[in-house]
Amino acid sequence: MTTLEPATDAAQDNLAALESEAIHIFREVAGEFDRPVILFSGGKDSTLLLHLAIKAFWPAPVPFPLLHVDTGHNFDEVIDFRDRVVERHGLRLVVAKVQDWIDDGRLEERADGMRNPLQTTPLLDTIAENKFDAVFGGGRRDEERARAKERIFSLRNAFGQWEPRRQRPELWNLYNGRHRPGEQVRVFPLSNWTEADVWNYIAREKVELPSIYYAHRREVYQRDGMWLAEGPWGGPRPDEVVKELTVRYRTVGDGSCTGAIESTAATVDEVIAEVSASRLTERGATRADDRMSEAAMEDRKREGYF
Amino acid sequence: MSSLLRLATAGSVDDGKSTLVGRLLYDTKSVLADQLDAVTRASVDKGLSTPDLSLLVDGLRSEREQGITIDVAYRYFATPRRSFVLADTPGHVQYTRNTVTGASTAQLAVLLVDARKGVIEQTRRHAAVLALLGVPNLVLAVNKIDLVGYDEATFTVIAEEFAEHAASLGYERGSVLAVPVSALVGDNVAEKSAKTPWYSGPTLLEHLETVPVAPDPHDSAFRFPVQYVIRPRTADHPDYRGYAGQIAAGTVRPGDEIVVLPQGIRSRVEGIDTADGPLAEAGAGTSVTLLLTDDVDISRGDLIAAADRQPTVTDEITATLCWLSAKALKPGARVLVKHGTRTVQALVGELHARFDEQTLSSVDDPGTLELNDIGRVTLRLAEEIGVDDYGVSPRTGAFLVIDPKDGDTLAAGLVGERFA
Repeated sequence: MTTLEPATDAAQDNLAALESEAIHIFREVAGEFDRPVILFSGGKDSTLLLHLAIKAFWPAPVPFPLLHVDTGHNFDEVIDFRDRVVERHGLRLVVAKVQDWIDDGRLEERADGMRNPLQTTPLLDTIAENKFDAVFGGGRRDEERARAKERIFSLRNAFGQWEPRRQRPELWNLYNGRHRPGEQVRVFPLSNWTEADVWNYIAREKVELPSIYYAHRREVYQRDGMWLAEGPWGGPRPDEVVKELTVRYRTVGDGSCTGAIESTAATVDEVIAEVSASRLTERGATRADDRMSEAAMEDRKREGYF
Repeated sequence: MSSLLRLATAGSVDDGKSTLVGRLLYDTKSVLADQLDAVTRASVDKGLSTPDLSLLVDGLRSEREQGITIDVAYRYFATPRRSFVLADTPGHVQYTRNTVTGASTAQLAVLLVDARKGVIEQTRRHAAVLALLGVPNLVLAVNKIDLVGYDEATFTVIAEEFAEHAASLGYERGSVLAVPVSALVGDNVAEKSAKTPWYSGPTLLEHLETVPVAPDPHDSAFRFPVQYVIRPRTADHPDYRGYAGQIAAGTVRPGDEIVVLPQGIRSRVEGIDTADGPLAEAGAGTSVTLLLTDDVDISRGDLIAAADRQPTVTDEITATLCWLSAKALKPGARVLVKHGTRTVQALVGELHARFDEQTLSSVDDPGTLELNDIGRVTLRLAEEIGVDDYGVSPRTGAFLVIDPKDGDTLAAGLVGERFA
């Protein structure tokens, strides 16, 4: 990832180019697919995705529903935010609850209590059930080595699997969305954005985010070097000491594996300043699921995860 | 000067491309502590004493197992002078299609050679592909210069041989720079090396930061493939009818006279709309919505163009194809052509010639095109489309050839004769 600096004029040109590219991608999918859906978790990347979708079709409404794979381990602030956004823009929201899959035996709770890895099955089942043929995700190539290999239009087989060796060449801005029945295409309009671009664009467009991205007081405890919040994911354990700290979140995901960082950055500009000084990537800092193995992301993507 | 440079790497396997990319990321401080920790740990596990920088970029399990790059990856780095989007492409012959993928949007390509081996078959093949796609700037990175004892004569021989090859592909001497580098040690990548006092040129990074990037020529004719028709039919916008798309070439202003192809309907631009409000002018690369003065029937796949400078409307095109599939091309085959926002059925007609990128000559009537071959064909289309010569307007001169059965992308197509 690149160094985060407040956007200069040249950087503003770059943001305009990234915006035009993302809008182009949204419209290509609307033109070529029957049943697209936007994956929406309430995090900053999917919020940005929705903001760009709204711009792409203005003054008409966004012609796709949203899909949230709900791990059940959410931050309340994020679910509130999700519901407010859906309401404000008159969107349709499909929710796939991991808990439903656990309750009827299609999934088993993991011993470590993490539910992020459990999202894949509900995601694939819900895609199949709704016959979604194009699924937008907020993934960025700068996030992770395996993601750097991802095409903007990424064909998945009937099992939702990614096969990196067999990716189609992606030429110029001509995206090939052809697929056979049962296959789907994952689409990543933010592929060429960096974390710096995302934050600078959020600042430029005054995009509202869930409050937990900004500094607030929270009771947290330390586990595997991360500050976790109390929640339904189990914790603190008796040996884990709870402290009240001023923290914020750099990514928003499942509460069982998303850590807070100590921070006093309460505004977008302060966040930009803070992240530019950080020596850790957003995922390296606060995402336990990416630490499970050297190829954790690739392995999950092969199974059908984003 | 443009703030953003899109570049691609190319070159043969094992010539150190991933190490060079890792070195660029490392030397521009684009690698953060946790990423470097992970690479250092993995390098120690492999028994290495220094971090293997190629592990920063070879992201796939099988890439790390085999120590090679399999698929193109995109990297982002920045210096105070410029931002970079880098397509890191694989060198294996079987993955040349990924070089085409990386190079189709590149403004500059860094072609690597191993100083011990010099210019080889794959170097010539990649240079030909880059020339064909019209990548305007080339850098020859003569890598592993440390392994030939920083020998000036070795470098000069390689640089001269390559400059000659590039010149016969149409590259002027000034558009090709050769740099002696060691990606492993860091010589002449971001830091000038004391071991090559005979080299007076810039470091690789310095060149990337300062090389002029030709902007889209302002005098290009306006081209606008219609992506999507925006008709809200809401209380606020009951009669709104806008044509959404990304400007492929040229600029547009309200009042401009346009023609809608292939129908040939004429109208005028009434307004240029965006979610942030109307624009007085919009140029290539911008996603906008056009409002026209007449209520005409336009749909996705149509091309809106400047009325006074129209493209060629035809149902038969002669084009150069980079064949990217293991399924060979045979005359008589039924394919799909995706051009702009329009996908049409097509029949492969005559296969006129195959380009030999080693001898830079062409073979007439080759019979078939195999994986990685470059050839000239005639395609007969089920419907007319508006096309430009790729050399004049790349965005409206480019197309995909798609297999109608499984949807695979078979070829990169370039309208016109790109080789003699």
